[in-house]
Amino acid sequence: MKKSVLSTVALTFTVSLLASAAATAASRDMISVVGSSTVYPFSTVVAERFGKKTQFNTPKIESTGTGGGMKLFCAGNGIDTPDMSNASRRMKKSEYEMCVENGVTDITEVLIGYDGIVVANSNAAPQMKLSRKDLFLALADKVPALDGSETLIKNPYKTWKDVNASLPATKIEVLGPPPTSGTRDAFAELVMEGGCKQYPWIKAIKKTDKSAYKAICHSVREDHVYIEAGENDNLIIQKIDANPDAMGIFGFSFLDQNTNKIQGSFIDGTAPSFAAIADGSYPVSRPLFFYVKNSHVDKVPGIAEYLAEFTSESAMGQMGYLTDKGLIPLGNDKFAEVSADVKSYKMLQL
Amino acid sequence: MTNQLKTGQKALNMNDSSMHSNTDRIKKSLKKRNSKEKRFRLWGRLAISFGFLMVAILFADIGTKAYPAFFQHWIKVDIEFNRQWLSIEPSDSAVRPDMQALKQANYSATVKKSLYQMFPSITARGDKRDLMKLLSYSAEFKIEDLVTANPDLLGQRVSLWLLADDDVDSYFKSDFTAGQSSGRINDKQAMWLKQLFDSGAVEKRFNTLFFTNSDSREPELAGIRGALSGTILTMIIVLAISFPIGVSAALYLEEFAPKNRWTDMIEVNINNLAAVPSIVFGLLGLAVLINIFGLPRSASLVGGIVLSLMTLPTIIIASRASIKAVPNSIREAAIGLGASDMQVTLEHVLPMAMPGILTGTIIGLAQALGETAPLLMIGMVAFIVDVPTNFTDAATVMPVQIYLWADSPESAFLAKTSAAILVLLAFLLIMNFSATFLRSKFEKNGQ
Repeated sequence: MKKSVLSTVALTFTVSLLASAAATAASRDMISVVGSSTVYPFSTVVAERFGKKTQFNTPKIESTGTGGGMKLFCAGNGIDTPDMSNASRRMKKSEYEMCVENGVTDITEVLIGYDGIVVANSNAAPQMKLSRKDLFLALADKVPALDGSETLIKNPYKTWKDVNASLPATKIEVLGPPPTSGTRDAFAELVMEGGCKQYPWIKAIKKTDKSAYKAICHSVREDHVYIEAGENDNLIIQKIDANPDAMGIFGFSFLDQNTNKIQGSFIDGTAPSFAAIADGSYPVSRPLFFYVKNSHVDKVPGIAEYLAEFTSESAMGQMGYLTDKGLIPLGNDKFAEVSADVKSYKMLQL
Repeated sequence: MTNQLKTGQKALNMNDSSMHSNTDRIKKSLKKRNSKEKRFRLWGRLAISFGFLMVAILFADIGTKAYPAFFQHWIKVDIEFNRQWLSIEPSDSAVRPDMQALKQANYSATVKKSLYQMFPSITARGDKRDLMKLLSYSAEFKIEDLVTANPDLLGQRVSLWLLADDDVDSYFKSDFTAGQSSGRINDKQAMWLKQLFDSGAVEKRFNTLFFTNSDSREPELAGIRGALSGTILTMIIVLAISFPIGVSAALYLEEFAPKNRWTDMIEVNINNLAAVPSIVFGLLGLAVLINIFGLPRSASLVGGIVLSLMTLPTIIIASRASIKAVPNSIREAAIGLGASDMQVTLEHVLPMAMPGILTGTIIGLAQALGETAPLLMIGMVAFIVDVPTNFTDAATVMPVQIYLWADSPESAFLAKTSAAILVLLAFLLIMNFSATFLRSKFEKNGQ
């Protein structure tokens, strides 16, 4: 008798659960955002303030990585798909085509600002003055032969002084993100390739054999000089703080938050600072985006208001609260353009 | 007869001499064996104390890192609820503004202007910005709550304790040498803070927000309530699904199922399932629960079902072992008294096996409590501020919260991470204690 009562309770419990689940799946009153872990720290700040200021629910921000976010975003127009996707690079043509194939054609692109990538070391060590060429020579798997001939040899450099006589004679030891990270992609593209193409004969390869060129410029050495420290940038900071000889590679916002422990190195004569990244004189920065599914604007309450908050002067502007979190703001013209595009839900075309 | 006696005596003699040599041998080896046993016991003690030492180091490390997170600095600010600053219409003090006007009032300007009033010497725009950075941005929401709750405050001047920004908090907690710039606090800010500190307008309090707030991107506001609620909801689902299914599967396989190729195969599969990497269950959850059945993403319901799949094999294996250990005499005696198979199983075997089953369940739940990998696929690794109240609300769990905080750029989140780990461990301890309590209850009943 007691048993049958119990099982009836359990059954009603399950049925009501599934019923309520089905009901919530049909409509949604919480904005859902997916995508890049680099944009995550910024969109969460906006989401939190938006939730406090307005009567809408605080949006849910998932940190899935840029590629993973695009897959979810482009899966379709249904209400169970995310409304926005964060990206630490522009949407790829292949991703756009995937979107269009699944009926997601009306997308607005929002450029929110820039993120710098820094090479930093402990405050206890002297500040380094590096060039992209130095970094390429120090970290590439294969480097041009020492005798000046146009051949490649396995990277022989052990200390920074070997790379460039003006640098200190400390051992090269760099902690950085693994290949799965967007920061690593950007570092390879902006720093390694930037240094690599300063050799005219390597640059010439690009025209004849693009993949060989990429293999030369993007491959990082594997003899424990470049140490993959996982996706956690705080771990890299702790390690370079403990070991003054080591250098670390991570996003500018982490440098900005930890200036009591670490300092950013000069790259091509410019130190990573807010102003230098914003005006483009610091050479290693990348744009950050998010994408909006316009078909959801009427279906999920609060999207228009969330967009207004994100693109407002007090958030994304020159003195906005996002800059306190390390986002490099857009210039005034670009900012006005982006705000106008968002207001009119300008359709993305790739 | 004599012969017999002689041989008997001889035998006795021989026995005597061999006994003599045996005791000698035993005596000789006794010392060696005793010292061997002593060494063995010593090794045992060493092993246990090594384990204890490691646990102590772990706890001391987490504890010292977490300690700062349990305290917070507050700053006393004279807030003037000036109608003009609040831009409340009409500015006539005789008229009581309605709720709508109070909701739309400009509270951030009021905080700013009140703060500037405390430091009249500050005029430069950049300095004013730096001054505002001393306070947490939550200040404006706090005074909004105060005014909407009590509109009589309008026109008054009140001293309020407001939460300090995380940078200020870390500054006071760490290398606070009065008036010196450090970290993200510049020389001017340090000077203002010294002024405030000397006038007694800075106070260190226990951090209750850590337990009453949900996740936030501002370390001073971040709390674990949301993640804790999510964990409890998820664990309820895990328990509700995996315990009844696990125990009934174990009972059937042990007590009723015939031994043949099919049951052998099921047994092998259950053992294999226990060893499957947890991320695989996450992929399964995404493909089946979300994509086919259309359950909501990020919900504790889906998380609970996925984690149940993970805990089920653990519970089944432990339950089977414990059911097997129930002596057969119990079953035979019950059958002998005329009990049916089901009565034997439910009324005699199950209660006796219960302590072991509970141990297995707790181990399974503890495993599920620490998982993040399978939750990534089903959208529970996310920034969620609203506290989940039912099983379909977007939710996150404690280990995910720890992971997200550990990955945040603000250095104050380091302490928060350790504090959250302590809370997770406390949760685990509570679960273990309740299991021990239930066990001892069942053990008494079983006798």
